[in-house]
Amino acid sequence: MSRPRKRIILGHYVAGVNHSTVWSHPDAGSQIDFASFRHAAQAAERGKFDFFFLAEGLILRERLGQIFDQDVVGRPDTLPVLASIAAVTEHLGLVGTLNATFNEPYELARQLASLDHLSGGRAGWNVVTSFDPFTGQNFRRGGFLHRDDRYVRAEEFVALARALWDSWPADALAVDTEQGRFLRDAGAGAFRHLGRQFDVAGHFTVPRSPQGRPVVLQAGVSPQGRDFAAATADAIFSPFHELGPAQEYYRDIQARVVRAGRPAGSVKLLPGGAFILGDSAADAEERAREVARTQVSGRTAQILLEAVWNRDLSGYDPDGPLPDVDPDVTGPPVIQGRARNPQDPFETVREWRALAAEHRYSLRELAIRVFAHTEFVGTPTQVADRLDHFVQNDGSDGFILGSHLTPGGIDEFVDKVVPLLQERGSLRAEYTGTTLRDNLGIPLPADLHDGHAHDGHAHDGIAAEPAR
Amino acid sequence: MMSETDPLHLAVALDGAGWHPAAWREPSARPRELFSPGYWLDLVTEAERGLLDFVTFEDALALQSSRLDGTPDDRVDQVRGRLDAVLIAARVAPLTSRVGLVPTTSALSTEPFHVSKAIATLDFTSGGRAGWRVQVGRAGETTHLGRRPPGPPLRADNLASPEVQAYITESFDETADHVEVVRRLWDSWEDDAEIRDVATGRFVDRDRLHYIDFEGRWFSVRGPSITPRPPQGQPVVTALAHATIPYRLAARAADIVYVTPHDADQARAIVSEVRDEQDRAGRAGETLHVFADLLVVLDDDANAARQRLRRLDDLLDAPLRSDAAIIAGSPAELADLLLDWQAAGITGYRLRPAVLPDDLEAITRGLAPELTRRGRFRAAYDTTTLRGHLGLPRPASRYATRRDATTSRIEAAAR
Repeated sequence: MSRPRKRIILGHYVAGVNHSTVWSHPDAGSQIDFASFRHAAQAAERGKFDFFFLAEGLILRERLGQIFDQDVVGRPDTLPVLASIAAVTEHLGLVGTLNATFNEPYELARQLASLDHLSGGRAGWNVVTSFDPFTGQNFRRGGFLHRDDRYVRAEEFVALARALWDSWPADALAVDTEQGRFLRDAGAGAFRHLGRQFDVAGHFTVPRSPQGRPVVLQAGVSPQGRDFAAATADAIFSPFHELGPAQEYYRDIQARVVRAGRPAGSVKLLPGGAFILGDSAADAEERAREVARTQVSGRTAQILLEAVWNRDLSGYDPDGPLPDVDPDVTGPPVIQGRARNPQDPFETVREWRALAAEHRYSLRELAIRVFAHTEFVGTPTQVADRLDHFVQNDGSDGFILGSHLTPGGIDEFVDKVVPLLQERGSLRAEYTGTTLRDNLGIPLPADLHDGHAHDGHAHDGIAAEPAR
Repeated sequence: MMSETDPLHLAVALDGAGWHPAAWREPSARPRELFSPGYWLDLVTEAERGLLDFVTFEDALALQSSRLDGTPDDRVDQVRGRLDAVLIAARVAPLTSRVGLVPTTSALSTEPFHVSKAIATLDFTSGGRAGWRVQVGRAGETTHLGRRPPGPPLRADNLASPEVQAYITESFDETADHVEVVRRLWDSWEDDAEIRDVATGRFVDRDRLHYIDFEGRWFSVRGPSITPRPPQGQPVVTALAHATIPYRLAARAADIVYVTPHDADQARAIVSEVRDEQDRAGRAGETLHVFADLLVVLDDDANAARQRLRRLDDLLDAPLRSDAAIIAGSPAELADLLLDWQAAGITGYRLRPAVLPDDLEAITRGLAPELTRRGRFRAAYDTTTLRGHLGLPRPASRYATRRDATTSRIEAAAR
């Protein structure tokens, strides 16, 4: 290829909880002590990663009315732990997954703008939504959102958050001690918004933050989700790890980005994935098999499949065939609190039966294949080659990588793979900017940079109805 | 009750450039850095150097306002704008090691589930130094959040009206429910819930995780928390109170109540009322600190302090007014006053520095050493947690002693 080499974007996620995190290993550390987060974040910064990433879960999962006891549970609140990590890192972006259903725009926009100030411009937000009344039981507002309204709320939420971030012009602070003028104009922070989800007005309290707008990440798979993400996101979680489908997705998203009136390449695509390294290919494969069997015990395999079958599968031998019954779509939920239960369990079961038949998988082997697949397995050179090849051929712009071990799993990647990527010029040798936008190469559009573009309608607010 | 030789507790309330509206115009002020982490780190580090028990961070989901009802005052001559207090505290936590960190949140505008895990997380990242200043909320917050109708307009001439009094009572009752939920969630994981039992494949003992099943008049919350029990078990809960209704809330729900007497007699009367409410709440045997809030202007030369206050006041339309007593004098004079009010039952002080960092440094380098010389303030930190500094024992989870009953309840619910 004649075009310049793309620089790989790297995020590090600490899963910390759920079956993918191995807790029985001697090197498995605390999932909650700050020392673990400090360790993982500082390792990622040593590896010149672009950002640190935290997921979110707002309720403990249950099986038949009993809290899961087989998986790691217990996580910190996302924003405070990111603010604390800001104190012990300098360049690393700090991206939190935060729910648009169980938060309000004013409060969340304020927290993200605060984090942006407190980190010198390193804040990012992975927008997720929930329509899950089970989770709603932990919130005073309850589970009020209809499934179909999730995108409506998310779209309006993000637009409103950005209007709030824009509500202080860059030069709002006069700070003239002689004349006694702190604000240039009493209108600083004024906003008004009337939409389907939100009817709010007043003054935002946080002056324009270093990035102007913290970075927004989204997922987007359905056509509606793709359009939404292409029109509004700074980066998108890509679900594709095979080059062919990933390239197709990449082209599709970039076409939608351009159709939405944004420059091509202004939205970064980042699949998530886990890695396992070995001294040889065979060694890595063997380690991956071991890790997978630790992640998915026979008991865990039953529970993972119960989420789809919606039946008590504890009577099925994990080393035997898949359950021969159909999913139960009428009974009360067996598993509660998982982020994704399939919309069509019959279809999922059909696919799994075919997969099991093809490979002669037992129940547990099928669960391992589906739920414990490690995307990047090999020697450091193989993994570096694979990541680089994927990005240089527009399968993505980078990756959000995690390990089955908290918090030290990332160390091996930083020590062994990062130097290889740096040698070939695919990963920065040193940080060159100070903000997350600098790291990602997605500057704020010039017309938004000083906030003046929004002066005119700071008082009128954003469009009353989000574009549909 | 406190004896007159008990050591005093000292806290400092941090807000903007200080508590005098003209503070930001002082030569020592850093008004361009109020939204930067270095500014806050320097202040908290100074408080820790002075061995203070803790610092509080003011906050609201609305702009500062000089009006009683909190509606925007459109002033451009005073500091406006604030960062989220919990996040400021979390940002300085890893870079300090002893001083307590007590951010403010508004109860009516926030989710107790979020607040509970936020303060618990601060307790983790600070190694057991988290506290929480709960406030009902500011009037301007309701239109920002859009989830509840605004309360009746508050004016000096209608505060005593039945409508306003009923609203205030309800707001404090709802805040009490909010605190109850936050506290239950902190207890919802027993300390030893995480067992990592490889033999049985169990990471947690689910019998030591508890639904809080709170159902109140305004909301219900099921639990348990997603965050394990924090290092202190229960981070320190504090509240500012000016009258009977808030005294009652504090006596029911708080570890520290900040009060605003203007002389020793008022201090004695307020302490007596708080203690009565404490007894009524069934907490007679527990430690409830009564801290007096004081807005302070300090200088080694007492006259210089008074002149500085006059000079600052000259920059305003009218002299500074405050809910708290305003003291301008020397650290030695202030030490006399603190000990005098201590004899009236006050157990500690939350000092509001008029100007940052000047009056903070006068506290840490003048007042605190003066009290230490008199044997009434620590010469070094001898504990590492905020509860430790305050002499509060680490409580067991309220659910820990009820294991058998709760287990059977959860099992019954599962059947």
